[in-house]
Parts: sequence; structure tokens; C-alpha cells
Amino acid sequence: MLRRALVSPPVLISLIVVLLAATLPLYVSGYVLGLLTIAYYFGVFSMAWDLLFGFANEVNFGPSFLIGLGAYTAGILDNLYQPPIALCIAAGVLASMIGGLVLALPALRVRGPYFGLTTLVAVLMLQNFVVVAASLTGGEIGLTIPDVISIDDKVNYWIALGFMAVSGAILYGLTRSPVGLILQASGQDPVQAGALGFNVTKHKLAAFLVSAFFSGLAGALMAFYLGTASVGTFIDVTVGVQVIIGAVLGGRRTILGAVLGAVFLVALGETLRPLGDLATFIVSAVALIVVLFFPAGLLGMVKGAREAT
Amino acid sequence: MLFWQILIDGFAISSLYALGATGFTLIFGVTGVLNLSHGAIMVAAAVAAWAASGNFGAGAYVGAVFGVVVALLLALATYYLIVRRLQLSRAVREEEKEIFILTATLLWGIMIQEAIAYLFTNNAKTVLPIVDGVVTILGVRTPANEIFTAFVCWATIGALWLFVNRTLAGKAVLAASMNPRGVTLLGIELSTVYVGVWAIYGALAGVAGVLLGMFLGVSSYSAGPLTASAFSIVVLGGLGSVSGSLIAAYVVGYLETLTAYLISPAYRAIPALLLLVAVMYVRPRGLLGRR
Repeated sequence: MLRRALVSPPVLISLIVVLLAATLPLYVSGYVLGLLTIAYYFGVFSMAWDLLFGFANEVNFGPSFLIGLGAYTAGILDNLYQPPIALCIAAGVLASMIGGLVLALPALRVRGPYFGLTTLVAVLMLQNFVVVAASLTGGEIGLTIPDVISIDDKVNYWIALGFMAVSGAILYGLTRSPVGLILQASGQDPVQAGALGFNVTKHKLAAFLVSAFFSGLAGALMAFYLGTASVGTFIDVTVGVQVIIGAVLGGRRTILGAVLGAVFLVALGETLRPLGDLATFIVSAVALIVVLFFPAGLLGMVKGAREAT
Repeated sequence: MLFWQILIDGFAISSLYALGATGFTLIFGVTGVLNLSHGAIMVAAAVAAWAASGNFGAGAYVGAVFGVVVALLLALATYYLIVRRLQLSRAVREEEKEIFILTATLLWGIMIQEAIAYLFTNNAKTVLPIVDGVVTILGVRTPANEIFTAFVCWATIGALWLFVNRTLAGKAVLAASMNPRGVTLLGIELSTVYVGVWAIYGALAGVAGVLLGMFLGVSSYSAGPLTASAFSIVVLGGLGSVSGSLIAAYVVGYLETLTAYLISPAYRAIPALLLLVAVMYVRPRGLLGRR
């Protein structure tokens, strides 16, 4: 089953798209590359979120809690002691995974809206903490991160693209594997999945850890790319909303669609930037129309059209 | 002195929270919908009142009424354009509808918020108060507006209580929250009840929004935190339990006021959030929640 999934059309198409995207630095400006770099990191955020939303059936309103933990832990460590960057990133990932575990605990106890609220509270608490502990985190002004991975925007672009492609491949493979199927079953009908002898708790916990791993890693990498971390770019609820819109827009339970949604969102936001506040309005309106009229999302529409013929 | 000050200020803020959360919990209790555009609707009411009374010189009373009407229309739009469409949708599976409604109302709230920011900028706005002047109670100089706010909040909540418990239409609403199928069997059109509840919700959110605009002022940025605070109050009290949310509103209101006065306004939101997390772990159904 896994082997068949690996040579299926979506994988081949994604591979071609990634290869084409890798040649982009040869003919587009640094400005576009910078935008796409951010968009790719957002793509990973959205994919990690889709694993929880589409497969484990848990609405996590706090993706930015995991992202922020990864970004800030890596950034603060670098700011204070300047250890090797890899070490900072590893610490960020670890912090994010611990955060994922903390988030998962209530999820195993409370359902639906209650869980959604716990995750939202987690974001608000982290945000409050960052503002209050300003001497450590830079507070509302933001944290300066002295080291960067590279100052060349092409290298940064390739790192983001490669990272996104690898994360996408791992997450996609995971969801198409037997483990992914069990996770999906646990999400849709925990009682029945449990009755079939699957350990629902274990699978959900694992999903949270994997999601936290990729969110934290992407957050830490993005922090080193930007050279600064602030509440507005990593933790604020609006960041989380953007991640969620990206995943829903791309298509629930598709993983790969999340990248499409995130890139589309960043591109649309940038094209509409001259309109000021109206830009966010239009982006939200487009997302709302997709949710209302095409609940399967962009990729789901393509899939549906192909299945219909 | 400080004690009385905290007591009076806390009371006014808590009453406002209580009114805001009542509408939110009513909608959840009767229709099972968590409306994440709640804060945006409140802000829209306040900004509409501000624009009507200030920019167009309509006076404080007309402005306040206009604000409530705007909130009412927005609530009905939320129901007809989004909630109902998703509830009747065949493309969305039954068990996923809750998630889709949450996402859709969240997006709708952002749209309202951004439209306000575009049309009226995102500066803080204070609505022209209906009552002016300062009254001294127990040695504390209190703006008359603060007393007015607490009074209107409780009058509105009282009116809602009378409606639900003493009128036939209200009893239908109560019944619909307990057993929707039973209500339809009694020959009551469920969708009419839902429309009515959304209209009541709109009016409640509108009154709360306009009062908030007079008391503390609002900006389009307040929409998210307002939704979050209504959400946490309602969960703290128990989803769907109106008396629970009233108690929770006072707990949160006083906690915040105490922290703001005794420690620092910067830490204002933290104790309430900690309390909420503790409640979620120990007693997930909230203070008075039913299961």
C-alpha cells in the first residue's frame, strides 16, 4: 500500500512542482524569493496542523503556541549563549514537543469546543508570558537573534523549499501508512477504533508530537531566517488563524493541499497589499466562500472532479 | 477606599462580561453553535453607535439604538448566510459540521473586524455616553455611566429571564434547548425558534457592545479578545448554563480588577487564564455545566 502510494499521481505531480520551484531562484527577484520562503514555512505549519485537524480530528486553535515555543526557545538560546545554530534549533523542537504533550493532555480528557478553547488559552498565556518576561524575550518590541543560517536569499529559499518538501513527504507518507489509517479511524470514531483493539490515546498522542515536531522545527528555522522573533509574527492568534485558513483552503485531510493553501494565501495577501485593511477582508472572504461552497478545499475540488469523470 | 473602589469597578466590569457571555451561551445552549464572530459583532455595535452619535450627530440615544440594530442584523446575517447554510449542507459530513461552523464564524468575524478597520480606522473609539457626570459612592468617585452600565446589564438579563421563564415563546426556546425533536412534535417550527434566538442574541450582543463602547471604548482589535473572554467565561461557567456564566463573569471580572489594582494592569488577564486552565483539567464541564 505504501509503495503504491509513493508512485501515485499526487506524489509525482508534487515532485515535478518541487523540482520546478527549485529552479525559481534563476529567474525571479529576491523579493519574490523572500515571500516564497515565508510561504513555504507557513506551508509546513499548515501541514502539521492538518495532521491534527484532518486525521486526529482535533481542532487545535493554537498552532501558533507550538510555532512560538519553537521559535522563541531557539531564539532566546541563541541570544543568550550563541551555541551552534543546530543546537538552538534542536532545543526549539524539544520545547515545542513538550508543548505538544501539554496540549495533548486535555485533548484526551475533553472534547470538541472545550479542547479548542484550551488550545486558544495556551496561545494567550504564551503571549502574555512573552510580553511580561520582556527582559528575556524582548517583549512587544521583539527578540533579536544574532545568528542567521545564511544571508543569501537563494540559499534560504532552497533550505525552506527542501525542508517543506521533506516534511511534506514524511507527513504524507505517514498519513498514507497503516498508522495514518488507524489515526484517522481514532479521530472519526474513537469508540469503534478502540473496540478494534487500537490504542486511540497512543495514536493521538503521537499525532500531537509529530505535529509539534514539524511546527517547532519550522518555527525555529523561520526565526533564524528572519533574524528576529516577535509576538506578531509567531504567536499572535492571527498567525494561528492564517495557518488554519491555509489548511482549510487547501483541503482538509490532504496534507499536500495545505501547502497549496498557504502559498496561495501569502500570494493573495501580497497582491492585495496596496488595498491595506481591505486585503485581509478579501482573503477571509475568499476563505469563507471556499468553506461554505467547496468544503473539500482546493485540492479536494481537483480530486472530486477527477473521481467524477 | 481601595477596597470599595475594586468592589464598584469590578461590579460594573463583571456585569458587562455577564451580559456579553449570556448571549453567547444562549446561542450555544439552544442551537449548539459556538459563534466565534461574537466579539466582532459587539465591536460593530459599538462602532455603529459611535459613528451615528458622533459623526452624524444623531445623539446618544439614537446612536445606541442604531448600534443594537446593527448587531441584530449582523447576528441574523451570521445565521442565514453561514450557520444555516452549513447546517443544511450535504457536502459536509454531520460530525464535521461543528468544526466547519467554528472555522466559518471565525472567518466571518475577521471580515467584520477588517471592514470596520477599513471604514473607520482601527483607532480606539469611545461612544458618547447616555449618562454623564460623577457620583460619589462610599467615598469613591464613580462615573455615573458605570452605574448606568451595571443597571442596564442587569435589566437586560432580567428581561431575558422573564422572557424565557414567563412567556410561551420563551418556553418554546427553553424546550428547544432541551429536546429539539420534542419541540417539533408539539407543532412548533424549530427554524422559527432558531431565528428568534439569533435575533435575541444579536440584541444582547448589541447592548453589551454599545455599553462597552461607552464604558471602556473599543477598537477593531478588541474583537478577538472579546470573543476569547466570552468563550472562557462561558466554559468556566459550563457551556449552555446561563446562571453558570453569570457566576463565572463575576469571578473573572473581579479577578481581573483585583490583579489590575493590586499587582499591575499588565498582568490583568493572567490569573483568569490560569483559573480557566485549572478548571479545564479538574472539572472540564465547568462550574455549573450539565453533562
